[in-house]
Amino acid sequence: MSEGMTPSQTVGPFFAMRLPWPEGPFVVPEDTPGAITIIGRMYDGAGNVIPDGLVETWQADPAGRFAHPDDPRGPSAAGFAAFRGFGRCPTAVDGSFRIVTLKPGPLPAPDGGTEAPHLDVSVFCRGLLDRVVTRLYFPDEQAANAADPVLASIDEPRRQTLIAVAEPADPAEPNSSLAGPDTVLRFDIRLQGDGETVFFDV
Amino acid sequence: MTPDVSPSGLVLPSYERPDGVHPALDFTGYRSTALRHPKQPLVLLPQRLTEVTGPLLGNDLILPTDTDLTMQHAGEPQGQRIILSGRVLDSGGRPVPDTLVEIWQTNAAGRYRHAREHHPAPLDPNFTGVGRAMTDAGGNYRFITIQPGAYPWGNHHNAWRPAHIHFSLFGRAFTQRLVTQMYFPGDPLQPIDPIFNSVTDPKARERMVAQFDIDLTQPEWALGYRWDIVLRGPRATVFESEVDDE
Repeated sequence: MSEGMTPSQTVGPFFAMRLPWPEGPFVVPEDTPGAITIIGRMYDGAGNVIPDGLVETWQADPAGRFAHPDDPRGPSAAGFAAFRGFGRCPTAVDGSFRIVTLKPGPLPAPDGGTEAPHLDVSVFCRGLLDRVVTRLYFPDEQAANAADPVLASIDEPRRQTLIAVAEPADPAEPNSSLAGPDTVLRFDIRLQGDGETVFFDV
Repeated sequence: MTPDVSPSGLVLPSYERPDGVHPALDFTGYRSTALRHPKQPLVLLPQRLTEVTGPLLGNDLILPTDTDLTMQHAGEPQGQRIILSGRVLDSGGRPVPDTLVEIWQTNAAGRYRHAREHHPAPLDPNFTGVGRAMTDAGGNYRFITIQPGAYPWGNHHNAWRPAHIHFSLFGRAFTQRLVTQMYFPGDPLQPIDPIFNSVTDPKARERMVAQFDIDLTQPEWALGYRWDIVLRGPRATVFESEVDDE
């Protein structure tokens, strides 16, 4: 049936006219207890920062559930009212992006296994004719990461491109009382070349 | 007949893969792809919970003027008024209801309202060139806007983009996310545009071109164009008992 689908085209250099919105980078409001900040930069194959990129994230809530009809378990009983699951941030002139969210829980897989906590990440920019998709995993989940079937399928050292790195503080808010161990994570995205991020055919 | 139940009790949809539809990421005719395409092969990602769900963004993002780009300022914009309507469908032919459609485009002179835009064509104080709509229960969307213009870009000598409108779509699942461009019929720039021709299958390319529609056209007021968008759809469920029957 793929013959009927509409092809992808590049987002181009001017998507910032429409796609970003003020709350976009905030999957939860910044003052939410337990909020984490994901920072990173986007790089091209020459090591230059990409100042006209767009990052989107999609993830489960802290209980590992989705408020979506195709999650057969239904939404979390606990409820995460302000949690949207979706984040969107354009890159700045220095290639940087920043997403504020809650850490997702682990997920059951249809084969009976368990997926380690992760975010799905879509990357768009001028020069990308289709989005590329990667995953962000967490550095404090070593046992779960070791058992994750997707991570396990990728050899070192490339596997490390999918695991965020704990940062001491958020450069945007170095004095924030919320910034502490494991609350700021760095996830750089390298589209090509040395340290090229693992991208997925989804 | 009971559905196949997996060991975890999870039964998830499985989305068609868009084999051969989308452009290759390293399309040499489009210069900016050179340093921005991954060189390592993509890793096959099984479609699990994160991939078969997706953001269901709602009407709270839509302002009343978001579907009529000619009503966003004090006066009317310059250019040919058009009505642009169509359906968002999945590859099984099912409508995709209640999904956000985002668009952005140049004004009638081929100029984007953006700080990094250098084309010396006039800005229009009455036109921003951005819109949002939600599809209805039948997957229908509708915008009123202005025919965008062609514009030069630095890709090669005398390079001009054919008139187009950028579209961003979510569908209902992460797998369905699509950003694309809609083109206009009969545009002489299409055969020489690297981005349009990065889609190498001529039939797939034609699916990016809207059709003029006299029935959508409103007398004494605006031309009508119709454009349907087809996202990846879930495969039909296969029950294990059916497989056993074969």
